Amino acid sequence: MNLRGITDNAGEWLRGSGPHSDVVISSRVRLARNIAGFPFVNRANHRQRFEVLEQCRDKVLSKRLGDNTLWVDLAESPSIDRQLLVERHLISRDLAKRSAATPRGVAIASDETFSVMINEEDHLRIQVLRSGMQLADALAHIDRIDDTLEESLEFSFSRQFGYLTACPTNVGTGIRVSVMMHLPALKLTGEIERVKRAARDMHLAVRGLFGEGSESLGDLFQVSNQTTLGRTEKEILDDFEGTVIPQIIEYEQQARRALIRQREKQLEDKVWRAWALLTNARVMGTDEALALLSHLRLGIHLDRCDKASIRTINELFLLCQPAHLQRVMGQEMTPAARRIARADLLRQRLTRG
Amino acid sequence: MKYKCDKCDRPATYHAVEIIKGQKIEKHLCDLHASEEGMGIKSAHAPINELLTNYVKAHSVAEKPENASSLDLSCPDCGLQFSEFRDKSLLGCAGCYSAFEAPLTALLERAHEGGNHHIGKVPRRGGGAGEQRQLQISRIRKRLDDAIEAEDYELAAQLRDDLADLEPSEGGGG
Repeated sequence: MNLRGITDNAGEWLRGSGPHSDVVISSRVRLARNIAGFPFVNRANHRQRFEVLEQCRDKVLSKRLGDNTLWVDLAESPSIDRQLLVERHLISRDLAKRSAATPRGVAIASDETFSVMINEEDHLRIQVLRSGMQLADALAHIDRIDDTLEESLEFSFSRQFGYLTACPTNVGTGIRVSVMMHLPALKLTGEIERVKRAARDMHLAVRGLFGEGSESLGDLFQVSNQTTLGRTEKEILDDFEGTVIPQIIEYEQQARRALIRQREKQLEDKVWRAWALLTNARVMGTDEALALLSHLRLGIHLDRCDKASIRTINELFLLCQPAHLQRVMGQEMTPAARRIARADLLRQRLTRG
Repeated sequence: MKYKCDKCDRPATYHAVEIIKGQKIEKHLCDLHASEEGMGIKSAHAPINELLTNYVKAHSVAEKPENASSLDLSCPDCGLQFSEFRDKSLLGCAGCYSAFEAPLTALLERAHEGGNHHIGKVPRRGGGAGEQRQLQISRIRKRLDDAIEAEDYELAAQLRDDLADLEPSEGGGG
């Protein structure tokens, strides 16, 4: 696998399968780890960062964590490739944007079910992705990766504080459990604010598709834990799997039922207007495309429209984004040219067959 | 008690206490005026780092006089000053956790719903018992870096040998 072929499929997290996939897009678990003996990334000099990168890369690749693990040296790769990986949630925006010379990289499983970022905020950020609601499976997988890496890398650890991380908000387990949810009905009914407030009261973070500052893009929300110290990995995960996420799923389902009961025509109107624009517009920005795709996705799940498959919609969520669009078109394009290409792509993909 | 907005007659939904040069200033604003001031939105989506920064700032400057001295603390291993941590919310190395233990503990409890002690996964090898050894590795690594900087390759080679004795062996690549 290489980055050239990466746009050919939708990647694990947008496959649109897995339990509760009508509301839960994907499950993700990540661990923050640092190598004993080295300062954290923000305090390390160039040589130390380079040494951490080499050590970690060699271990990660030699351990055969998966078949055909792809290595991307992010200091060397063009910005469009880095953006592509951000859009696929395989690296963070921070890691993509760091100054060009900073030694950093990422190992990616060929099926995109895990990635290991090196020299992000911590020396290692390991993440596992799954389609739909599959947190337990994701935790089991990441635990195996962690154990395997630990055979030859010594992680910074203290008995009192657990795994030591650059930011004290990650210390302890170093675990971040996040679930990407599609919540269009809660957005339409305006109840999303209440859900966000409740989540915050439970020490959870609710962010947009790409974290801070991307709130409600395509009605996609990431819910994740904030507490990492004083609880076990399993307790943190069980909370999510047993209480938090089922509750939010239920709220969304209630809101969907309420829309059908009380605003059926308005709901159908939203869905069909989305369809009309997506299949007729000649110029379209990313945000608008994501918003319309969101309404169409809702309509398909509620049997108001059968014009497209969920899989197609999920793929388009990804292909509409700037780096993916340019990769599909095979050239770099200005934002204005992209808006035209995006409208063309949407029309083609939604109306063929 | 219910507050009215400082700028109009609508009920205040945004409340803040700002401490400027030791002076406490209370603010009560309605949604509209809060968002005008850029506050409503900010408080709704305040990223955790920002919360942390604000908390550390408020805590170390205003509330506890004895914490004024934490600002002068610095980490013996990486040289990070507590005041730098306060600004960036990032620690410099494993040693910072012991160097800043006192001011950090309160902060950790706040950030982790009262949690101040790890009860999760422990590395199979070395876990916990390896702390002293990890500290030793850090210090040798630091000397190693200085030696390379000073182009003292003889010392560097010796330190590398010391490290090899302390660090985990490859074990034939499992």
